[in-house]
Amino acid sequence: MAFEYAPAPESRSIVDIASSYGLFINGEFVDAKSGTTFKTINPATEEVLADVSEAGAEDVDRAVAAARAAYEGPWGSMSGRDRSKYLFRLARLIQERGRELAVLETLDNGKPIRESRDVDIPLVAAHFFYHAGWADKLEHAGYGANPRSLGVGAQVIPWNFPLLMLAWKVAPALACGNTVVLKPAETTPLTALAFAEICQQADLPPGVVNILTGAGETGRLLVEHPGVDKVAFTGSTDVGKAIQRAVAGTEKSLTLELGGKAANIVFDDAPLDQAIEGIVNGIFFNQGHVCCAGSRLLLQESIADEAMASLKRRLATLRLGDPMDKNTDIGAINSAEQLARITALADAGDAEGAERWSPPCDLPDHGYWFAPTVFTGVTQAHRIAREEIFGPVLSVLTFRTPEEAIEKANNTPYGLSAGVWTEKGSRILWAADRLRAGVVWANTFNKFDPTSPFGGYKESGFGREGGRQGLGAYLKESS
Amino acid sequence: MTASSMEPPVTSSERVAVRKTYKLFVGGAFPRSESGRTYEVVSAEGVFLANAAKASRKDARDAVIAARKGFASWSSATAYNRGQVLYRVAEVMEGRRAQFIADVHAAEGSDEAAAAAQVDAAIDRWVWYAGWTDKVAQVLGSANPVAGPYFDFSIPEPTGVVAAVAPQDSSLLGLVSVLGPIVATGNAALVIASTARPLPAITLSEVLATSDVPGGTVNILTGDPAEIMPWLASHADVNALDLTGIDDREVATELEREAAGTVKRVRRSEPNADWTAEPGLSRLRAFVETKTVWHPLGV
Repeated sequence: MAFEYAPAPESRSIVDIASSYGLFINGEFVDAKSGTTFKTINPATEEVLADVSEAGAEDVDRAVAAARAAYEGPWGSMSGRDRSKYLFRLARLIQERGRELAVLETLDNGKPIRESRDVDIPLVAAHFFYHAGWADKLEHAGYGANPRSLGVGAQVIPWNFPLLMLAWKVAPALACGNTVVLKPAETTPLTALAFAEICQQADLPPGVVNILTGAGETGRLLVEHPGVDKVAFTGSTDVGKAIQRAVAGTEKSLTLELGGKAANIVFDDAPLDQAIEGIVNGIFFNQGHVCCAGSRLLLQESIADEAMASLKRRLATLRLGDPMDKNTDIGAINSAEQLARITALADAGDAEGAERWSPPCDLPDHGYWFAPTVFTGVTQAHRIAREEIFGPVLSVLTFRTPEEAIEKANNTPYGLSAGVWTEKGSRILWAADRLRAGVVWANTFNKFDPTSPFGGYKESGFGREGGRQGLGAYLKESS
Repeated sequence: MTASSMEPPVTSSERVAVRKTYKLFVGGAFPRSESGRTYEVVSAEGVFLANAAKASRKDARDAVIAARKGFASWSSATAYNRGQVLYRVAEVMEGRRAQFIADVHAAEGSDEAAAAAQVDAAIDRWVWYAGWTDKVAQVLGSANPVAGPYFDFSIPEPTGVVAAVAPQDSSLLGLVSVLGPIVATGNAALVIASTARPLPAITLSEVLATSDVPGGTVNILTGDPAEIMPWLASHADVNALDLTGIDDREVATELEREAAGTVKRVRRSEPNADWTAEPGLSRLRAFVETKTVWHPLGV
């Protein structure tokens, strides 16, 4: 039986988007010296939201100089106790402006308002709150009695969780006493610019946080700038490799959080209804724009038919459409470029002989959309089993023995995350022991918390974000 | 002639102040002592400040019941939530900064700048402990590489109801330094304020009552610890004693002996503590139990 849902649109009146934005350097919004701008659009409607500055070489110089001055000035000499209070202020301002930030995120990114409101923004505030508490306790974090900051951080983040990725980068950097220059993704700059305003409201000393909008070239200029001490990047494995090459031979510290091709392993004794929910959340959360998405479903052969029937039944109930509608499960694909990439890989799935299935699903006339898609009959050689699709596309493989499941799960150059579904605790831990992945979710998926370190094995990058371990990305140990 | 002209002129400086009744803080409410007793609180200069409630054995037992209830909700809240609530306490303390300074100044007789410095340090210390709620397990816990196919980890858990005696001299910073770590680690507290300087503690109880701290999590009694503590030291529903503010060595020893009846954890008296020094972790370790969990690995 199908339920009809009346529209339940979130109001956008709470946000006030300017027609154009400058760069945030040294505590102020300034015009870019480069003089070039680009447009950021709402991917659900293709409506232009704002003109945004594209930072050039001179702008990067200015921002790095401002960050250096703040580091050598007020921020570097400030006590951990006072840094802590600034971070608590940021956390509270984010909570207070939470609704506005959620709406802004959904407009600029295309993700359902339910996710930006209930997941992204609360986690952003929690991340600042958690790290605020570390700023005055670093001597207890396991990095020696007197750990030191690194200096100026260059941080480049992706478009899938714009403000959350900013929080993962900025909060630990500031807690540890660094200053930062952050470049948000080209397609999702607006919440980072709202965060710049929040820094002003918190009276954060100028230059501690600088936000440079731009595309790949701005990011390259920033990470290659000789004035930065630390580079932190979240994004594709290809760009991550280029950055690792670029910092080779320098003194810069580097952490990388790159792509993934996570296996979600369902054993025959798994609680199936719960597993189906986890599988759906694992790959269709945030339209599959998740580096740790459970994009390879590994079903034990004896339950594969039953699980597939159940999964298809569940997928038919997903609601795709207006991200601002509070009932929407699947929002818009973030950009035309990303839609083309997903489409090409899905077509490769067809061409290589896998069987495609999607539930009946009307796509809106405007904007970028891709129906939830499942491929069965996938082999390990297929591109859709090997390459990160970063979209709502699930590849289903089967296995007979637990050893085979582990073998297949680890058969990837990535190692960010994995899922295990079984009622047997010892099997969960046995599997967790053998999976070469930085995060293993057991009977759950896509769980995030500021206390819990996140990051990958192998070509999914190195370094962790969150927890005590995450501080290591922004501290020099003392003896 | 009008009626008003017959009355003395009223100026703001001659307004008759409304004085506060200082009461106990038990289970989130402000009862008087069931005994009906009070005692005079005077300033450092000997000037009468207020009558404070003189808590009795019955008040202490009521406070244990309240603390046990408070423990159930406080210890089951997430560490993140406890951190948010304790940080909220610091925010409300900051809003009452002037009142705290006046209280500490009256109680301790130090100059006003010293009182202000103590209040600021107390608020900052509360913030420091608020930040510990979700970090204690990460610093005091461990994953244990046992020699066998087991997953094994140890985590700190709150001990339960802690009966504490606040320092007698440092009326706010000392109190906060004792109370903060008890509640940051998830325990419920029953604190006896400084006998001679209880007013900052009562102001703190008003802060706690308006800061989303579940009722019963913190209970503050005023009176004589030497009278009240023996009942708590022998009370079977109290899990631990913090004797920091017991200055008399013999009293402390007797309480410690009494605590053995139900194997209470005891933090010993600390008569000459320097509350301005950076606190280490010892108070965070004092009232936690380490729980170790084993689970087999295997297909």
